[in-house]
Amino acid sequence: MNILSFSFAICLTSVIAGFLGALTGLGGGVVIVPVLCLLFKVDLHYAIGASLVSVIATSSGAAAAYVRDGYSNVRIGMFLEVATTLGALLGAYMVAKVSADWIGILFGVVLLYSAFASLHHVAPAPKRIDTNTLAVRLKLRGYYPSQGSKEDYVADHVPAGFGVMFVAGALSGLLGIGSGAVKVLAMDQVMNLPFKVSTTTSNFMIGVTATASAGVYLSRGYILPELAMPVMLGVLAGSLAGSRVLVGAEVKTLRWVFAIVIAALGVEMMFNGLTARL
Amino acid sequence: MSGADQRLEIAMGKILRIGVTVAALVVLAGGILYILQASGPVPDYSHFDGAPIADKHFGSIFAGALRFQSNSLIECGILLLIATPIVRVLVGVVGSSLLKDWLYTTVSAIVLTVLFLSFFTRR
Repeated sequence: MNILSFSFAICLTSVIAGFLGALTGLGGGVVIVPVLCLLFKVDLHYAIGASLVSVIATSSGAAAAYVRDGYSNVRIGMFLEVATTLGALLGAYMVAKVSADWIGILFGVVLLYSAFASLHHVAPAPKRIDTNTLAVRLKLRGYYPSQGSKEDYVADHVPAGFGVMFVAGALSGLLGIGSGAVKVLAMDQVMNLPFKVSTTTSNFMIGVTATASAGVYLSRGYILPELAMPVMLGVLAGSLAGSRVLVGAEVKTLRWVFAIVIAALGVEMMFNGLTARL
Repeated sequence: MSGADQRLEIAMGKILRIGVTVAALVVLAGGILYILQASGPVPDYSHFDGAPIADKHFGSIFAGALRFQSNSLIECGILLLIATPIVRVLVGVVGSSLLKDWLYTTVSAIVLTVLFLSFFTRR
């Protein structure tokens, strides 16, 4: 295989990963890292470096549209970014301290959880407006457009949500992924925010979270330009196409297929980690 | 959410889209050059020994990009991409202070500090 076909194969794979990642809401990073490691025999550090670059691109590229729609809550996002960036800094720092095999095993766990979460979405309980002093003092409230009127909401369980966000940031820094699934968990399940607000605000935060790891990744040499290039361009193109198709698409079958693929990748990552092959 | 708040949010969205577009175009230009100049078999990526980008100064990356060296161009695009969310947070600091929202000026300033800390870590 020469350089042209190698780069092209990685780019094509990244387009598919970005497309499926946007359709299922899991993001492209969670697929591209195991595929680079297992299929293209790329070292884990280079794989997470290339993935992190693509994560910054897709999140920033999509955020503009979400901000315009009025669903994402920039204030809640900025507040929780304190937790995710600190977590990401710690996570990125830990990459050099933890062996690649352990990172692979953790990656497997995250993949299996993502597969489970993408199929098994708990319908959020009816939201109520609470006079939550901490949230009100921090102005963690807002409204979103709903059938022509405005639905109000206030964040609940702020310290717990902040804690889960720190974990989300650490996973992002350690694994080179956006960890959108954990961010949505923190807002939707812990802080009782509306689902649509949680997913769009999560996307808004992913780019800044990943940027907190980027400096560490750059200085430690995890980002290889010629490898990051096809991954970034491919995932970006795929996710832009995916988010266009998303409107009104029937994704149930696709969701199942994707869940099975990432579960299989998760098992393979764990197996490779446990047998010290990463 | 007031009108001024909304304008700030829309400004943030615009910065992100412009930044990503420019960065992607620069990376694409570098990528095309890289493919055109590439020869020989695929290097072995299965062992980690650190990317050369880690040893470079930002100045030499920009100088290389101006001389149309493929890797420097890609690196330059990646740096532009990384700068985009940083500028977004910076706009958050300035915008919040213009709205006299001192709480969120502080919150964004903390995030900005954490982002800068990331660039001052040594190997």
